[in-house]
Amino acid sequence: MTHGQFLLEVRDLVVHYGHGRRRAPTTAVDEVSLCIAAGQTVALVGASGSGKSTVGNAVLGLTPAASGTVTFAGEDITHAPPGRRRALTRDIQAVFQDPYGSLNPSRTIRQTLVEPLLAHRGVEPVPARAAVSEALRSVGLTEDVADRYPAEFSGGQRQRVAIARALMVRPRLIVCDEPTSALDLSIQAQVLNLLRQLQRDRGVSYLFITHDLAIVRHIAHRIVVLRRGRVVETGTTGQVCEAPEHPYTRALLAAAPVPDPVAQRARREAYEAAAVQR
Amino acid sequence: MNTKRERSEVSLSLSGGRLAVATAGAPVAVPPGAAAPASRRSRSRLRWRPLGLVSAAYLVALTVASLSAGWWAPIDPERQDLAHALAGPSAAHWLGTDRLGRDVLIRLLLGGRITLVSVVEAVVVFAVLGIGLGVVSGYFGGWVDRTIGWLSDLLLALPGIIVLLMVLSVFPGETLATMVVLGVISCPLLLRVTRGVTMAVRQELYVRAARLSGLTPLRVMWRHILPRLAGPIIVQVFLFAATAVLVQGALSFLGLSAPETQGPSWGNMVGEAAAVTGQDGWLAVPTGGIIALTVLALGLLGDAVHDAAVDRTRSAAALPTRPARPAGPRHGSSPTAPPGPAQHPALLSVRGLTVAFDLPGGPLTAVRDVSFDVSPGECIGIVGESGSGKTVTARSLLGLLPPHGRVTGGCARFDGLDLTALPERQLRAVRGSRIALINQEPMSGLDPSFRVGSQLAEVVRRHRHVGRAQARAKAVELLATVRLPEPEQVARRYPHELSGGMAQRVSIALALAGDPALLIADEPTTALDVTIQAEILALLRDLRSRLGTAVILVTHDWGVLADVCDRAVVMYAGEVVEQAAVTDLYRAPRHPYTQLLLRANPHVAPVGDALPTIAGTVPAPSEWPAGCRFRPRCPYAEDVCGSQAIPLVDVGSDRTTRCIRSEQVGTR
Repeated sequence: MTHGQFLLEVRDLVVHYGHGRRRAPTTAVDEVSLCIAAGQTVALVGASGSGKSTVGNAVLGLTPAASGTVTFAGEDITHAPPGRRRALTRDIQAVFQDPYGSLNPSRTIRQTLVEPLLAHRGVEPVPARAAVSEALRSVGLTEDVADRYPAEFSGGQRQRVAIARALMVRPRLIVCDEPTSALDLSIQAQVLNLLRQLQRDRGVSYLFITHDLAIVRHIAHRIVVLRRGRVVETGTTGQVCEAPEHPYTRALLAAAPVPDPVAQRARREAYEAAAVQR
Repeated sequence: MNTKRERSEVSLSLSGGRLAVATAGAPVAVPPGAAAPASRRSRSRLRWRPLGLVSAAYLVALTVASLSAGWWAPIDPERQDLAHALAGPSAAHWLGTDRLGRDVLIRLLLGGRITLVSVVEAVVVFAVLGIGLGVVSGYFGGWVDRTIGWLSDLLLALPGIIVLLMVLSVFPGETLATMVVLGVISCPLLLRVTRGVTMAVRQELYVRAARLSGLTPLRVMWRHILPRLAGPIIVQVFLFAATAVLVQGALSFLGLSAPETQGPSWGNMVGEAAAVTGQDGWLAVPTGGIIALTVLALGLLGDAVHDAAVDRTRSAAALPTRPARPAGPRHGSSPTAPPGPAQHPALLSVRGLTVAFDLPGGPLTAVRDVSFDVSPGECIGIVGESGSGKTVTARSLLGLLPPHGRVTGGCARFDGLDLTALPERQLRAVRGSRIALINQEPMSGLDPSFRVGSQLAEVVRRHRHVGRAQARAKAVELLATVRLPEPEQVARRYPHELSGGMAQRVSIALALAGDPALLIADEPTTALDVTIQAEILALLRDLRSRLGTAVILVTHDWGVLADVCDRAVVMYAGEVVEQAAVTDLYRAPRHPYTQLLLRANPHVAPVGDALPTIAGTVPAPSEWPAGCRFRPRCPYAEDVCGSQAIPLVDVGSDRTTRCIRSEQVGTR
């Protein structure tokens, strides 16, 4: 890295919600720091309302930061002006949770996929048609789907299309906000494998936002656990999953039921015993 | 719009009054374009189509005739024929003559020019300002929105007629100035509509995704927002055009705009007709009539165009090939292979339950031949992916199938009654009191405008004949039953003051109000955080042991199933594929689907390598293969699997699987 050690650095990020004149703003994210190296995945884990999606939105420039910095490839992008933000979309892309809502139902897959190219015309000389078919191939779809509408596809296929859209401009960072939680179990594994394979092939980094610690083990190099807008624990995936230090992380890990009745009974008893102590 | 994702709400009145258990149903197997609103829409389009066509033809003819009247008119509009003044219709003068003997038809057509040009001027100003400012205001928000909002409030506060009169005093008789000002002072009407819709559309995930693709705001508005505005804009624009016809006519009638010295106009012709009503009533008919007809035609055409535009966007959007998650299928064992020997007489006994949806293309079976038993106090899990039929199965027991669904076969015996054959009245008596439902969305069962305690008390009074005070006490007791701390205080709260976990506890308390023998919990923890989920699951276990309530838990989560259920019914593509005690099921699955799904579970899969996957996707009901429905995705499949319907077979005590190669599955 020419600009520093990390591709993305978030330092002491604070985000407020509710800029009413009378009401005091609520702090959604409070002094959150995290770093992502090139080709790495950092998972941001927490319950709903923990501020994990807000961090993602701040990185994407969808939510203004009250204080703190977001640095991408050595450049402070915390308060990047709209023009610079649009240019940054070449490097930073997003995949959302809901594959049904994230594709415009009245536009074909091709029309949706060429949008990132429209935005960066002149920068990317590859003819649009070739780019579309390449992106579709890389997510395991064939080119003949390009002229169909999103409604013709299942959730898993739509999520592949959403990933293909993110890949159109060869980004260096993709913010994945719960990309598999709307998908069926048998499809979830396919999408997770696809994300991992794309990382191997292209060296893309992920900020992977999720509430599900079970899938994090498979995809993340590092984990940041958020609770009520604050970081409660951070470490490598192995450390956090195998030897969690913070009681909240332990509770999160223990609360998720495992698909094994015998093991689950033991876990539950341990969890409930711990809960009594708390 | 995506019909799949629109959560249809079926609300079932437990108490006849405001209290209802509403079920936020997953959209149920909506066949391509079969959504109820869509069919209603197409019917209304058919109704409007002839009227819309007639209106359009009238307006086109009027425009062409007016604009070209100067060239072809056989009669000079100013030629007076005092001998035939105020004559009625005749072969020479189709619409009669005015008091100077001039031909009314020709004068109306020539006068139409002024009206049409005025309307176009006013509409252009109205549309450009209204749409432009509305979209900008809604899209950018903040100070832009506030400034535009302030200006539009100011315009709305101005008395329109006085402003127009002032303009006319500065530019006497000037039609263009009047119409431009009319467009400006009316634009807030359109502006507010476009602003509102823009703000809503802007929240759509795909608009956000487009912004993150790097599109400029202008492109986002053009490509993603404007197309969604078509409907409301069309209606407003046509209504305004009709208004402009009337305003122009009125001003001209008053002699303030387009006075008679400048030639005929509809307004001044009505004025003239008014002056001679005493001598001749006929003149008012064509002059007033043409204004009325034009206004009417604009309104009807607006409706027709709006319906057509909305239809087009819908039909592009609404062609789901996958049946939106058919609500959960019930699992059961087929009549040919009844579930294992039941030690107790079953509380609920489902046999061969089959549910179909009536689609335009014929009935589509969403759930086929489901059989299972629930013993008193037992917890059965119906597990499956979206589209497996698990919710449909559970809902059909309560008679809560979505509009096009009906039970086409089998029965469900509960307390000696066949639930599938019960008339609605009797079913209502069973619902809530003997069988209760817990929903995925706890808030959907709570009325936001009443306190929790009074809602509960109302349901209690519905089920037992007790006084207000007793019902109230029972409500608090129920809140304590679901382990809510300080139940007295919770009873005084409104639903919005509850957290998600508390709301789910309250909705469980609601379900318990009638002392049900069976609880049907449809994905009760899916909307909750994992720590809250653990608490609710603990509560369900606790209720079973304290109250002896049997539970049917519909879930997609194999961890939840393992945590609370005694027995599992696994569904795939509308059929039960495996049924077993949960410990046996997890230890040694006997159906390839169960086995592969458990392996693909990220909880158990080894970290490092790629996750094990199941190839392909869950097929839509219309694409279910013949023979074994899992065959296209199954590594064990042989030719014979596709040639015959696979029966459920017994594989051990109280265990069935729908696989002819279950021996191999067991050993691999």
